[in-house]
Amino acid sequence: MTPGDWRPTGSLEHLRQRARMLAAIRRFFDESNILEVETPLLCHGIGTDPQLAFFSTEFCFHPNRQMLYLQTSPEFAMKRLLAAGYGSMYQICKAFRNGESGRFHNPEFTLLEWYRVGFDLFQLMAEIDRLIQVVAKPFRTLKQTHTVHYQEIFRNYTGLDPLMFSASVYREFAESAGLPEAVSICENDHALWLDFLFSHCVQPHLGEGRLCMVYGFPACQSSLARLNADNPAITDRVEIFIDGVELGNGFYELCNADEQEARFDKEIEFRSSNGLPPVDKDRRFLQALESGLPDCSGMAIGLDRLLMVMAGAESIEHVLAFPVDRA
Amino acid sequence: MATFSTNEFKAGLKVMLDGDPAAIIENEFVKPGKGQAFNRVKIRNLKTGRVIERTFKSGESLEGADVVDIEMQYLYNDGQFRHFMVPDTFEQYQADEKAVGDAGLWLKDQDMCTVTLWNDVPLSIVPANFVELAITETDPGVRGDTSGGGGKPAVLETGAVVRVPLFVQTGEVIKVDTRTSEYVSRVKE
Repeated sequence: MTPGDWRPTGSLEHLRQRARMLAAIRRFFDESNILEVETPLLCHGIGTDPQLAFFSTEFCFHPNRQMLYLQTSPEFAMKRLLAAGYGSMYQICKAFRNGESGRFHNPEFTLLEWYRVGFDLFQLMAEIDRLIQVVAKPFRTLKQTHTVHYQEIFRNYTGLDPLMFSASVYREFAESAGLPEAVSICENDHALWLDFLFSHCVQPHLGEGRLCMVYGFPACQSSLARLNADNPAITDRVEIFIDGVELGNGFYELCNADEQEARFDKEIEFRSSNGLPPVDKDRRFLQALESGLPDCSGMAIGLDRLLMVMAGAESIEHVLAFPVDRA
Repeated sequence: MATFSTNEFKAGLKVMLDGDPAAIIENEFVKPGKGQAFNRVKIRNLKTGRVIERTFKSGESLEGADVVDIEMQYLYNDGQFRHFMVPDTFEQYQADEKAVGDAGLWLKDQDMCTVTLWNDVPLSIVPANFVELAITETDPGVRGDTSGGGGKPAVLETGAVVRVPLFVQTGEVIKVDTRTSEYVSRVKE
Protein backbone atom coordinates (compact mmCIF):
# COMPACT_ATOMS: atom_id res chain seq x y z
CA MET A 1 0.00 0.00 0.00
CA THR A 2 1.39 3.33 -0.96
CA PRO A 3 -0.27 6.62 -0.16
CA GLY A 4 -2.20 7.90 -3.13
CA ASP A 5 -2.99 4.48 -4.57
CA TRP A 6 -6.68 4.98 -3.81
CA ARG A 7 -6.71 7.18 -6.91
CA PRO A 8 -7.85 5.91 -10.30
CA THR A 9 -5.18 5.20 -12.92
CA GLY A 10 -7.53 6.09 -15.77
CA SER A 11 -8.06 9.78 -16.45
CA LEU A 12 -11.56 11.25 -16.49
CA GLU A 13 -11.10 11.90 -20.22
CA HIS A 14 -10.36 8.22 -20.90
CA LEU A 15 -13.34 7.11 -18.82
CA ARG A 16 -15.57 9.51 -20.79
CA GLN A 17 -14.20 8.03 -24.01
CA ARG A 18 -14.95 4.56 -22.67
CA ALA A 19 -18.56 5.51 -21.95
CA ARG A 20 -18.97 6.98 -25.44
CA MET A 21 -17.38 3.92 -27.04
CA LEU A 22 -19.76 1.56 -25.22
CA ALA A 23 -22.72 3.70 -26.28
CA ALA A 24 -21.55 3.66 -29.92
CA ILE A 25 -21.20 -0.14 -29.89
CA ARG A 26 -24.68 -0.60 -28.42
CA ARG A 27 -26.10 1.78 -31.01
CA PHE A 28 -24.35 -0.16 -33.79
CA PHE A 29 -25.94 -3.45 -32.78
CA ASP A 30 -29.31 -1.96 -31.91
CA GLU A 31 -29.48 -0.49 -35.40
CA SER A 32 -29.00 -4.01 -36.81
CA ASN A 33 -31.66 -5.34 -34.44
CA ILE A 34 -29.25 -7.57 -32.60
CA LEU A 35 -30.35 -8.55 -29.11
CA GLU A 36 -28.20 -7.54 -26.16
CA VAL A 37 -27.94 -10.38 -23.65
CA GLU A 38 -26.41 -11.03 -20.24
CA THR A 39 -25.17 -14.44 -19.19
CA PRO A 40 -23.62 -15.57 -15.87
CA LEU A 41 -20.10 -14.50 -15.02
CA LEU A 42 -20.05 -17.20 -12.36
CA CYS A 43 -20.40 -20.59 -14.04
CA HIS A 44 -20.38 -24.32 -13.31
CA GLY A 45 -18.44 -25.12 -16.45
CA ILE A 46 -15.25 -23.65 -17.84
CA GLY A 47 -13.25 -23.98 -21.05
CA THR A 48 -10.63 -26.68 -21.39
CA ASP A 49 -8.20 -24.48 -23.36
CA PRO A 50 -4.80 -25.14 -21.75
CA GLN A 51 -3.69 -21.57 -22.58
CA LEU A 52 -6.43 -19.98 -20.49
CA ALA A 53 -6.05 -20.04 -16.72
CA PHE A 54 -9.23 -19.41 -14.75
CA PHE A 55 -10.34 -18.15 -11.35
CA SER A 56 -12.40 -20.45 -9.23
CA THR A 57 -14.48 -19.86 -6.15
CA GLU A 58 -16.83 -21.75 -3.90
CA PHE A 59 -20.59 -21.43 -3.76
CA CYS A 60 -21.55 -22.14 -0.14
CA PHE A 61 -25.21 -22.99 0.08
CA HIS A 62 -25.55 -24.87 3.29
CA PRO A 63 -25.06 -27.79 3.50
CA ASN A 64 -23.59 -27.90 -0.01
CA ARG A 65 -20.39 -26.51 -1.39
CA GLN A 66 -19.89 -26.17 -5.10
CA MET A 67 -16.96 -25.11 -7.20
CA LEU A 68 -17.80 -22.26 -9.54
CA TYR A 69 -15.65 -20.49 -12.11
CA LEU A 70 -15.44 -16.92 -13.32
CA GLN A 71 -15.93 -17.10 -17.05
CA THR A 72 -12.93 -16.70 -19.35
CA SER A 73 -15.42 -15.71 -22.06
CA PRO A 74 -19.22 -15.84 -22.46
CA GLU A 75 -18.92 -18.20 -25.42
CA PHE A 76 -20.49 -21.35 -23.95
CA ALA A 77 -23.47 -19.55 -22.42
CA MET A 78 -24.13 -17.57 -25.58
CA LYS A 79 -23.94 -20.69 -27.73
CA ARG A 80 -26.52 -22.31 -25.46
CA LEU A 81 -28.80 -19.36 -26.20
CA LEU A 82 -28.10 -19.79 -29.91
CA ALA A 83 -28.89 -23.51 -29.71
CA ALA A 84 -32.14 -22.60 -28.00
CA GLY A 85 -33.02 -20.56 -31.08
CA TYR A 86 -32.71 -17.05 -29.62
CA GLY A 87 -31.04 -15.72 -32.77
CA SER A 88 -28.17 -13.28 -33.32
CA MET A 89 -27.01 -11.57 -30.13
CA TYR A 90 -24.27 -9.51 -28.53
CA GLN A 91 -22.96 -9.04 -25.03
CA ILE A 92 -20.65 -6.58 -23.30
CA CYS A 93 -19.34 -8.20 -20.14
CA LYS A 94 -16.39 -8.78 -17.89
CA ALA A 95 -14.20 -11.81 -18.54
CA PHE A 96 -11.48 -13.14 -16.27
CA ARG A 97 -8.15 -14.73 -17.07
CA ASN A 98 -5.84 -15.76 -14.32
CA GLY A 99 -2.12 -15.04 -14.44
CA GLU A 100 -2.41 -12.30 -17.06
CA SER A 101 -1.12 -8.90 -16.15
CA GLY A 102 1.01 -6.48 -18.12
CA ARG A 103 0.94 -3.45 -20.36
CA PHE A 104 -1.81 -5.04 -22.48
CA HIS A 105 -3.36 -7.37 -19.90
CA ASN A 106 -5.50 -7.11 -16.81
CA PRO A 107 -6.90 -10.34 -15.32
CA GLU A 108 -10.39 -8.81 -15.36
CA PHE A 109 -11.27 -7.12 -18.63
CA THR A 110 -14.21 -6.01 -20.73
CA LEU A 111 -15.21 -8.12 -23.67
CA LEU A 112 -17.59 -7.52 -26.52
CA GLU A 113 -18.81 -10.81 -27.94
CA TRP A 114 -21.36 -11.29 -30.66
CA TYR A 115 -22.83 -14.06 -32.80
CA ARG A 116 -24.45 -13.77 -36.18
CA VAL A 117 -26.72 -16.60 -37.24
CA GLY A 118 -26.27 -17.49 -40.89
CA PHE A 119 -23.02 -15.52 -41.30
CA ASP A 120 -19.90 -17.15 -42.65
CA LEU A 121 -16.43 -15.86 -41.79
CA PHE A 122 -16.34 -13.28 -44.58
CA GLN A 123 -19.70 -11.80 -43.73
CA LEU A 124 -18.53 -11.57 -40.14
CA MET A 125 -15.31 -9.84 -41.22
CA ALA A 126 -17.27 -7.27 -43.19
CA GLU A 127 -19.32 -6.50 -40.07
CA ILE A 128 -16.19 -6.28 -37.89
CA ASP A 129 -14.79 -3.73 -40.32
CA ARG A 130 -17.97 -1.62 -40.18
CA LEU A 131 -18.04 -1.74 -36.39
CA ILE A 132 -14.40 -0.73 -36.02
CA GLN A 133 -14.88 2.22 -38.40
CA VAL A 134 -17.87 3.41 -36.35
CA VAL A 135 -15.95 3.10 -33.09
CA ALA A 136 -12.86 4.81 -34.55
CA LYS A 137 -14.72 7.79 -35.97
CA PRO A 138 -14.58 10.15 -32.96
CA PHE A 139 -10.97 9.14 -32.24
CA ARG A 140 -8.90 8.79 -35.39
CA THR A 141 -9.01 8.16 -39.09
CA LEU A 142 -8.00 4.65 -40.01
CA LYS A 143 -6.48 3.84 -43.38
CA GLN A 144 -8.08 1.26 -45.66
CA THR A 145 -8.53 -2.06 -43.86
CA HIS A 146 -5.98 -4.75 -44.68
CA THR A 147 -7.34 -8.29 -44.98
CA VAL A 148 -4.76 -11.04 -45.35
CA HIS A 149 -4.43 -14.79 -45.13
CA TYR A 150 -2.35 -16.13 -42.20
CA GLN A 151 -0.16 -18.20 -44.48
CA GLU A 152 0.63 -15.24 -46.70
CA ILE A 153 1.45 -12.76 -43.92
CA PHE A 154 3.49 -15.36 -42.04
CA ARG A 155 5.50 -16.08 -45.15
CA ASN A 156 5.97 -12.36 -45.84
CA TYR A 157 7.70 -11.70 -42.54
CA THR A 158 9.48 -15.01 -41.92
CA GLY A 159 9.84 -16.72 -45.29
CA LEU A 160 8.44 -19.82 -43.59
CA ASP A 161 5.39 -21.88 -44.44
CA PRO A 162 3.20 -22.03 -41.32
CA LEU A 163 1.46 -25.17 -42.55
CA MET A 164 4.63 -27.14 -43.24
CA PHE A 165 6.61 -27.62 -40.05
CA SER A 166 10.29 -28.36 -40.26
CA ALA A 167 12.16 -27.98 -36.98
CA SER A 168 15.48 -27.36 -38.74
CA VAL A 169 14.14 -24.71 -41.12
CA TYR A 170 12.29 -22.91 -38.32
CA ARG A 171 15.38 -23.11 -36.10
CA GLU A 172 17.57 -21.63 -38.79
CA PHE A 173 15.17 -18.74 -39.22
CA ALA A 174 14.97 -18.05 -35.45
CA GLU A 175 18.75 -17.93 -35.21
CA SER A 176 19.06 -15.58 -38.16
CA ALA A 177 16.33 -13.35 -36.69
CA GLY A 178 18.21 -12.95 -33.40
CA LEU A 179 15.81 -15.17 -31.48
CA PRO A 180 17.93 -18.24 -30.70
CA GLU A 181 16.03 -18.81 -27.43
CA ALA A 182 13.04 -19.91 -29.53
CA VAL A 183 14.85 -23.19 -30.18
CA SER A 184 14.83 -24.32 -26.56
CA ILE A 185 11.40 -22.83 -25.80
CA CYS A 186 9.58 -24.34 -28.77
CA GLU A 187 11.55 -27.55 -29.42
CA ASN A 188 9.39 -29.64 -31.77
CA ASP A 189 6.03 -28.08 -30.91
CA HIS A 190 4.64 -26.67 -34.14
CA ALA A 191 1.85 -24.65 -32.47
CA LEU A 192 4.30 -23.12 -30.02
CA TRP A 193 6.67 -22.19 -32.84
CA LEU A 194 3.81 -20.44 -34.63
CA ASP A 195 2.84 -18.54 -31.44
CA PHE A 196 6.42 -17.50 -30.87
CA LEU A 197 7.23 -16.41 -34.40
CA PHE A 198 3.87 -14.78 -35.05
CA SER A 199 3.98 -12.71 -31.86
CA HIS A 200 7.62 -11.69 -32.31
CA CYS A 201 8.07 -11.32 -36.05
CA VAL A 202 4.64 -10.80 -37.61
CA GLN A 203 2.23 -9.18 -35.18
CA PRO A 204 4.27 -6.02 -34.50
CA HIS A 205 3.86 -5.10 -38.19
CA LEU A 206 0.12 -5.67 -38.44
CA GLY A 207 -2.36 -2.84 -38.81
CA GLU A 208 -0.15 0.23 -38.78
CA GLY A 209 -2.71 3.03 -38.63
CA ARG A 210 -5.38 0.67 -39.91
CA LEU A 211 -7.44 -2.37 -39.06
CA CYS A 212 -5.74 -5.60 -40.11
CA MET A 213 -7.74 -8.84 -40.27
CA VAL A 214 -5.78 -12.07 -40.49
CA TYR A 215 -7.82 -15.15 -41.36
CA GLY A 216 -7.19 -18.81 -42.13
CA PHE A 217 -5.24 -19.86 -39.06
CA PRO A 218 -3.48 -23.24 -39.09
CA ALA A 219 -5.67 -26.00 -37.66
CA CYS A 220 -3.29 -26.61 -34.74
CA GLN A 221 -4.10 -23.12 -33.47
CA SER A 222 -7.78 -23.13 -32.58
CA SER A 223 -10.09 -25.24 -30.50
CA LEU A 224 -13.51 -23.87 -31.40
CA ALA A 225 -13.26 -22.87 -35.04
CA ARG A 226 -14.56 -24.91 -37.90
CA LEU A 227 -12.08 -26.53 -40.28
CA ASN A 228 -12.10 -24.92 -43.68
CA ALA A 229 -14.28 -26.85 -46.11
CA ASP A 230 -11.70 -26.71 -48.92
CA ASN A 231 -8.55 -27.07 -46.85
CA PRO A 232 -8.73 -28.95 -43.53
CA ALA A 233 -5.19 -27.76 -42.64
CA ILE A 234 -6.64 -24.35 -41.82
CA THR A 235 -9.55 -23.10 -39.79
CA ASP A 236 -12.14 -20.41 -40.43
CA ARG A 237 -10.76 -18.13 -37.77
CA VAL A 238 -9.97 -14.42 -37.88
CA GLU A 239 -7.84 -12.24 -35.63
CA ILE A 240 -7.84 -8.46 -35.77
CA PHE A 241 -5.04 -5.99 -35.07
CA ILE A 242 -4.50 -2.25 -35.00
CA ASP A 243 -1.01 -0.78 -34.58
CA GLY A 244 0.40 -4.25 -33.86
CA VAL A 245 -2.00 -4.81 -30.96
CA GLU A 246 -4.16 -7.94 -30.98
CA LEU A 247 -7.76 -6.87 -30.36
CA GLY A 248 -9.98 -9.85 -30.99
CA ASN A 249 -10.67 -13.19 -32.38
CA GLY A 250 -13.56 -14.71 -34.33
CA PHE A 251 -14.68 -18.00 -35.79
CA TYR A 252 -17.02 -19.58 -38.19
CA GLU A 253 -18.29 -21.66 -35.32
CA LEU A 254 -17.81 -25.36 -34.94
CA CYS A 255 -21.28 -26.94 -34.70
CA ASN A 256 -20.33 -30.60 -34.57
CA ALA A 257 -20.75 -31.90 -31.00
CA ASP A 258 -18.61 -35.01 -31.55
CA GLU A 259 -15.72 -33.06 -32.98
CA GLN A 260 -16.05 -30.50 -30.18
CA GLU A 261 -15.98 -33.22 -27.57
CA ALA A 262 -12.94 -34.83 -29.18
CA ARG A 263 -11.11 -31.48 -29.02
CA PHE A 264 -12.07 -31.05 -25.36
CA ASP A 265 -10.78 -34.55 -24.58
CA LYS A 266 -7.50 -33.74 -26.26
CA GLU A 267 -7.13 -30.54 -24.23
CA ILE A 268 -8.09 -32.25 -20.98
CA GLU A 269 -5.44 -34.86 -21.64
CA PHE A 270 -2.90 -32.11 -22.36
CA ARG A 271 -3.86 -30.44 -19.08
CA SER A 272 -3.34 -33.58 -17.03
CA SER A 273 -0.01 -34.45 -18.66
CA ASN A 274 1.25 -30.88 -18.17
CA GLY A 275 0.25 -30.46 -14.55
CA LEU A 276 -2.48 -27.89 -15.25
CA PRO A 277 -5.60 -27.71 -13.06
CA PRO A 278 -8.11 -30.37 -14.20
CA VAL A 279 -11.45 -29.29 -15.64
CA ASP A 280 -14.61 -31.13 -16.57
CA LYS A 281 -16.13 -30.80 -19.97
CA ASP A 282 -19.03 -28.38 -19.95
CA ARG A 283 -21.84 -30.92 -20.23
CA ARG A 284 -24.60 -28.38 -20.85
CA PHE A 285 -22.61 -26.76 -23.64
CA LEU A 286 -22.04 -30.14 -25.35
CA GLN A 287 -25.73 -30.98 -24.97
CA ALA A 288 -26.59 -27.67 -26.61
CA LEU A 289 -24.32 -28.54 -29.56
CA GLU A 290 -25.94 -31.97 -29.80
CA SER A 291 -29.36 -30.44 -29.92
CA GLY A 292 -28.07 -28.28 -32.76
CA LEU A 293 -26.21 -25.00 -32.99
CA PRO A 294 -27.41 -22.93 -35.94
CA ASP A 295 -24.86 -22.11 -38.60
CA CYS A 296 -23.21 -18.98 -37.22
CA SER A 297 -20.09 -16.89 -36.81
CA GLY A 298 -18.94 -15.21 -33.63
CA MET A 299 -16.43 -12.59 -32.64
CA ALA A 300 -14.88 -11.36 -29.39
CA ILE A 301 -13.09 -8.03 -29.00
CA GLY A 302 -11.21 -6.79 -25.93
CA LEU A 303 -12.70 -3.36 -25.37
CA ASP A 304 -9.99 -2.09 -23.02
CA ARG A 305 -7.38 -2.64 -25.71
CA LEU A 306 -9.62 -1.24 -28.38
CA LEU A 307 -9.92 1.93 -26.31
CA MET A 308 -6.13 1.93 -25.82
CA VAL A 309 -5.40 1.98 -29.54
CA MET A 310 -8.17 4.49 -30.22
CA ALA A 311 -7.14 6.91 -27.48
CA GLY A 312 -3.41 6.30 -27.92
CA ALA A 313 -2.97 5.06 -24.34
CA GLU A 314 0.40 3.48 -23.55
CA SER A 315 -0.85 1.01 -20.97
CA ILE A 316 -4.12 -0.73 -20.18
CA GLU A 317 -4.19 0.84 -16.72
CA HIS A 318 -4.69 4.24 -18.33
CA VAL A 319 -8.06 3.18 -19.72
CA LEU A 320 -9.22 1.34 -16.57
CA ALA A 321 -10.57 3.07 -13.48
CA PHE A 322 -8.61 0.65 -11.32
CA PRO A 323 -6.27 -2.12 -12.60
CA VAL A 324 -5.92 -5.29 -10.56
CA ASP A 325 -3.22 -3.96 -8.23
CA ARG A 326 -5.55 -1.14 -7.14
CA ALA A 327 -8.78 -3.09 -7.32
CA MET B 1 20.20 -17.57 -3.87
CA ALA B 2 16.49 -17.23 -4.54
CA THR B 3 15.01 -17.77 -7.99
CA PHE B 4 12.65 -15.34 -9.65
CA SER B 5 9.81 -16.16 -12.01
CA THR B 6 9.02 -14.04 -15.08
CA ASN B 7 6.18 -12.37 -13.16
CA GLU B 8 8.73 -11.05 -10.66
CA PHE B 9 11.04 -9.58 -13.31
CA LYS B 10 10.97 -5.90 -12.41
CA ALA B 11 13.31 -3.17 -13.53
CA GLY B 12 16.42 -3.33 -11.38
CA LEU B 13 16.16 -7.00 -10.41
CA LYS B 14 19.55 -8.74 -10.61
CA VAL B 15 19.60 -12.24 -12.03
CA MET B 16 22.06 -14.72 -13.51
CA LEU B 17 21.84 -15.00 -17.29
CA ASP B 18 24.16 -17.32 -19.22
CA GLY B 19 26.55 -17.37 -16.26
CA ASP B 20 26.83 -13.59 -15.97
CA PRO B 21 25.08 -11.25 -13.54
CA ALA B 22 22.49 -9.12 -15.30
CA ALA B 23 19.93 -6.46 -14.44
CA ILE B 24 16.36 -6.45 -15.75
CA ILE B 25 15.52 -3.19 -17.55
CA GLU B 26 12.08 -3.90 -18.96
CA ASN B 27 9.68 -6.83 -18.97
CA GLU B 28 6.75 -7.11 -21.36
CA PHE B 29 4.10 -9.81 -21.08
CA VAL B 30 3.24 -11.08 -24.56
CA LYS B 31 0.32 -13.42 -25.00
CA PRO B 32 -1.57 -14.33 -28.14
CA GLY B 33 -5.25 -14.67 -27.12
CA LYS B 34 -5.26 -18.33 -28.02
CA GLY B 35 -1.66 -19.15 -27.44
CA GLN B 36 1.34 -19.55 -25.20
CA ALA B 37 2.35 -16.60 -22.99
CA PHE B 38 5.86 -15.19 -23.23
CA ASN B 39 7.84 -12.49 -21.50
CA ARG B 40 9.97 -10.30 -23.71
CA VAL B 41 12.69 -9.00 -21.43
CA LYS B 42 15.27 -6.26 -21.93
CA ILE B 43 18.26 -7.06 -19.78
CA ARG B 44 21.72 -5.59 -19.17
CA ASN B 45 24.75 -7.81 -18.75
CA LEU B 46 26.46 -6.22 -15.74
CA LYS B 47 29.88 -7.50 -16.77
CA THR B 48 29.91 -6.09 -20.29
CA GLY B 49 27.24 -3.40 -19.95
CA ARG B 50 25.58 -4.75 -23.10
CA VAL B 51 21.80 -4.65 -23.32
CA ILE B 52 20.05 -7.57 -25.01
CA GLU B 53 16.48 -8.70 -25.55
CA ARG B 54 15.50 -12.19 -24.57
CA THR B 55 12.18 -14.02 -24.58
CA PHE B 56 11.16 -16.41 -21.83
CA LYS B 57 8.21 -18.72 -21.57
CA SER B 58 5.98 -17.17 -18.91
CA GLY B 59 6.53 -18.90 -15.60
CA GLU B 60 10.18 -19.75 -16.33
CA SER B 61 12.56 -18.58 -13.66
CA LEU B 62 16.12 -17.34 -13.30
CA GLU B 63 18.45 -17.57 -10.39
CA GLY B 64 18.97 -14.31 -8.53
CA ALA B 65 22.44 -12.78 -8.68
CA ASP B 66 24.18 -11.80 -5.47
CA VAL B 67 24.75 -8.26 -6.64
CA VAL B 68 24.70 -5.29 -4.28
CA ASP B 69 25.54 -1.61 -4.64
CA ILE B 70 27.55 -0.20 -1.72
CA GLU B 71 28.73 3.34 -1.08
CA MET B 72 32.48 3.24 -0.57
CA GLN B 73 35.37 5.61 -0.23
CA TYR B 74 38.07 5.42 -2.88
CA LEU B 75 41.44 5.04 -1.16
CA TYR B 76 44.29 4.70 -3.67
CA ASN B 77 45.63 3.06 -6.81
CA ASP B 78 48.51 0.64 -6.29
CA GLY B 79 49.25 0.44 -10.00
CA GLN B 80 47.41 -2.85 -10.44
CA PHE B 81 44.30 -2.46 -8.30
CA ARG B 82 42.18 0.38 -7.02
CA HIS B 83 41.30 0.10 -3.35
CA PHE B 84 37.99 1.02 -1.75
CA MET B 85 36.68 1.04 1.80
CA VAL B 86 33.24 0.84 3.39
CA PRO B 87 33.33 3.79 5.83
CA ASP B 88 31.17 2.18 8.52
CA THR B 89 32.98 -1.13 8.74
CA PHE B 90 36.43 -0.21 7.37
CA GLU B 91 36.07 -3.29 5.16
CA GLN B 92 38.30 -2.95 2.11
CA TYR B 93 37.90 -4.14 -1.46
CA GLN B 94 40.24 -4.10 -4.45
CA ALA B 95 39.04 -3.73 -8.01
CA ASP B 96 40.98 -4.38 -11.21
CA GLU B 97 40.92 -1.98 -14.16
CA LYS B 98 38.25 -4.05 -15.91
CA ALA B 99 35.83 -3.49 -13.05
CA VAL B 100 36.81 0.16 -12.66
CA GLY B 101 36.45 0.96 -16.36
CA ASP B 102 35.80 4.59 -17.27
CA ALA B 103 34.92 5.40 -13.67
CA GLY B 104 38.70 5.54 -13.09
CA LEU B 105 38.75 8.90 -14.87
CA TRP B 106 36.74 10.47 -12.04
CA LEU B 107 38.17 8.79 -8.94
CA LYS B 108 40.08 11.05 -6.56
CA ASP B 109 41.48 9.78 -3.28
CA GLN B 110 38.95 10.05 -0.42
CA ASP B 111 35.96 10.60 -2.74
CA MET B 112 32.82 8.53 -2.31
CA CYS B 113 31.52 6.30 -5.11
CA THR B 114 29.20 3.34 -5.64
CA VAL B 115 30.83 -0.07 -5.89
CA THR B 116 28.75 -2.93 -7.29
CA LEU B 117 29.76 -6.22 -5.71
CA TRP B 118 29.01 -9.58 -7.29
CA ASN B 119 29.61 -12.46 -4.88
CA ASP B 120 31.53 -9.95 -2.77
CA VAL B 121 33.93 -8.98 -5.58
CA PRO B 122 33.79 -5.54 -7.25
CA LEU B 123 32.05 -5.85 -10.61
CA SER B 124 31.73 -2.19 -11.53
CA ILE B 125 32.18 1.30 -10.11
CA VAL B 126 29.95 4.33 -10.55
CA PRO B 127 31.49 7.65 -9.51
CA ALA B 128 29.47 10.33 -7.69
CA ASN B 129 27.27 12.34 -10.08
CA PHE B 130 29.34 15.44 -9.35
CA VAL B 131 33.06 15.48 -8.58
CA GLU B 132 35.44 18.36 -7.86
CA LEU B 133 38.79 18.06 -9.56
CA ALA B 134 41.79 20.34 -10.13
CA ILE B 135 42.87 21.28 -13.63
CA THR B 136 46.43 20.17 -14.32
CA GLU B 137 46.68 21.52 -17.82
CA THR B 138 44.78 23.86 -20.09
CA ASP B 139 45.65 26.61 -22.57
CA PRO B 140 45.73 30.10 -21.07
CA GLY B 141 42.45 31.82 -21.80
CA VAL B 142 42.04 34.93 -23.93
CA ARG B 143 42.02 38.05 -21.75
CA GLY B 144 38.67 39.71 -21.28
CA ASP B 145 36.64 36.67 -22.31
CA THR B 146 34.45 35.84 -19.34
CA SER B 147 31.45 34.33 -21.01
CA GLY B 148 33.05 31.20 -22.37
CA GLY B 149 31.41 30.74 -25.74
CA GLY B 150 33.15 27.74 -27.27
CA GLY B 151 35.50 26.68 -24.53
CA LYS B 152 38.72 24.65 -24.56
CA PRO B 153 39.90 21.24 -23.38
CA ALA B 154 41.30 20.88 -19.87
CA VAL B 155 43.15 17.90 -18.38
CA LEU B 156 42.10 17.11 -14.81
CA GLU B 157 44.13 15.59 -11.99
CA THR B 158 42.58 12.17 -12.58
CA GLY B 159 43.45 12.19 -16.29
CA ALA B 160 39.96 13.01 -17.55
CA VAL B 161 39.65 15.66 -20.26
CA VAL B 162 36.63 18.00 -20.25
CA ARG B 163 35.71 21.15 -22.11
CA VAL B 164 35.82 24.23 -19.91
CA PRO B 165 35.13 27.93 -20.55
CA LEU B 166 38.06 30.00 -21.71
CA PHE B 167 38.38 31.92 -18.43
CA VAL B 168 39.13 28.81 -16.37
CA GLN B 169 42.83 28.35 -15.64
CA THR B 170 45.32 25.63 -14.73
CA GLY B 171 45.34 24.97 -10.98
CA GLU B 172 41.72 25.87 -10.49
CA VAL B 173 39.25 23.34 -9.10
CA ILE B 174 36.10 22.71 -11.12
CA LYS B 175 32.89 20.78 -10.61
CA VAL B 176 32.09 18.18 -13.30
CA ASP B 177 28.98 16.10 -14.02
CA THR B 178 30.39 12.57 -14.43
CA ARG B 179 27.28 11.29 -16.29
CA THR B 180 27.83 13.69 -19.18
CA SER B 181 31.52 14.57 -18.65
CA GLU B 182 30.47 18.23 -18.67
CA TYR B 183 31.87 21.18 -16.79
CA VAL B 184 29.39 22.62 -14.28
CA SER B 185 31.16 25.45 -12.45
CA ARG B 186 34.32 26.69 -10.81
CA VAL B 187 34.74 25.76 -7.16
CA LYS B 188 35.83 28.57 -4.86
CA GLU B 189 38.63 27.33 -2.60
